[in-house]
Amino acid sequence: MFETQKADLPFQRTRPASLSGQGRLARGRARLAAPLVLIGVIALWALLVAWQDYPPFILPSPVLVWQKLVTLAASGALWLHIGVTLIEIALGLLIGLSTAFGLGYLLGKHRGLERIASPYIVASQSIPIVAIAPLIVIWMGSGLASKVAVTALITFFPALIATIVGIRSVDPDLHDLLRSLRASRWQLFWKLELPAALPMIFGGLKLSVTLAVVGAVVGEFMGANAGLGYLVNLGRGLLDTPMMFVAILLLVVIAQALHFAVVALETRLLRWQKL
Amino acid sequence: MSDPTPVFVVDGVSKGFTDGRRPIQALQPVSFQLHAGEIVCLVGPSGSGKSTLLRVMGGLIAADSGAMWFQGQPHDAPNTAIGFVFQKTNLMPWRTILQNVLLPIEIQQNKVSTAERIRAEAMLATMGLEDFEHAYPRQLSGGMNQRVVLARTLMQQPRLLLMDEPFGQLDALTRERLNLELLRLQAAEETTIFMVTHSITEAVLLSDRVFVLSERPGKLIAQMSVPLPRPRHLAMTSTPAFGELTMQVRSLIGEPN
Repeated sequence: MFETQKADLPFQRTRPASLSGQGRLARGRARLAAPLVLIGVIALWALLVAWQDYPPFILPSPVLVWQKLVTLAASGALWLHIGVTLIEIALGLLIGLSTAFGLGYLLGKHRGLERIASPYIVASQSIPIVAIAPLIVIWMGSGLASKVAVTALITFFPALIATIVGIRSVDPDLHDLLRSLRASRWQLFWKLELPAALPMIFGGLKLSVTLAVVGAVVGEFMGANAGLGYLVNLGRGLLDTPMMFVAILLLVVIAQALHFAVVALETRLLRWQKL
Repeated sequence: MSDPTPVFVVDGVSKGFTDGRRPIQALQPVSFQLHAGEIVCLVGPSGSGKSTLLRVMGGLIAADSGAMWFQGQPHDAPNTAIGFVFQKTNLMPWRTILQNVLLPIEIQQNKVSTAERIRAEAMLATMGLEDFEHAYPRQLSGGMNQRVVLARTLMQQPRLLLMDEPFGQLDALTRERLNLELLRLQAAEETTIFMVTHSITEAVLLSDRVFVLSERPGKLIAQMSVPLPRPRHLAMTSTPAFGELTMQVRSLIGEPN
């Protein structure tokens, strides 16, 4: 009996191995393509400026933007603005995500609660964030608190929905198994609910971290004296378009970095999904 | 069956559900006893409350009436000496095979000792899975995964094994193979097994007794002894005595022969 069992083992092994081999090849190609595309886009941008001869306040050349970046960085002011925006994003994410995870867990577990809460949650999302942001500034002042609040608010929703769906997706048979093993609530959470919900939660997290950048900028637009969003606004006032470009590109870099940090964490924690 | 005190006693247990406002009687009061080291299979038409009975016995849902005793103690909640094997292969996809098998130990002792790890590895080895300790469930076939489930359940050293169509989703060959493996393991561990199955052949091959449940609301209409000698072999299924027994079960369920 055992001979026949072992006979089918090699099939089991070769399948996942060949799959992951193909995956590695495709990933390698993508890794090579990304910088090439970036270089191409910058070249096109430079060509467009050279060809149409736009004035810098309409469309500055890449070189001009680079020079602006270097001067701003050398003066030290740029680091302050980056730092302020990063703090707003970090605190906003901390508050927004922790609230979303906590509430999402509760609403995911108790359908009755979700029925009561969902109209308010949907209502809070149907109002554009730019419409509530001025109100938040009135209530919380134009300091750090209002920016953090706007960021928290915008990051909250995707993480909340993802958590609710994630907790609901827990296999009821596994739930029964843990009950039959007399697992504590704490064990149920750590050993089943959290790992089972994690793939969904990461989906929401990717949305939330990029939206956090939007939140910080919207908050800064409503009145601020530092930050990359403030820099965009300042550049607009001074017709300093290269400065606007510097700030916008840095915002893109921050959003990308956050996104890839989440993806890296996801790959690490959800390795079992990629096999 | 020399042990005079039964391992598990079910006395007048019934269960109903409400479907919206309509109450549904899933299970009429049933009573029976399971003896130590015995294998009992429960057969019956779909929707006759077989799974319900199993879940009540496991303490996963409460009975509406009646009482149960497990190893002489009143029983109404999950007990770690009762192992559960569900219809669907419920392994945790994010855990390796070895981690899955160690789950009951982790839950009960909060950490895994080296001795337990060695026991788990040995358990996997007896099932021919020693090369797959660090694989994930999705890398294994259905039959292999159900063997992992069996290994995981045996890790908790259950005195009673409740199985809900454990091999129902497997192909016929794998199913036969796992039936024999279950018999071998059961003989070694002297576990009592109470199994729900759709297959009459499987029921007769494995059981000391076959219980027959009627159409909903489920009622225990027969407790039939299977006087075939042990150890059982697949070759037995083609003997006239075996055919006779399956025919008996079939007519008890009310299926046309």
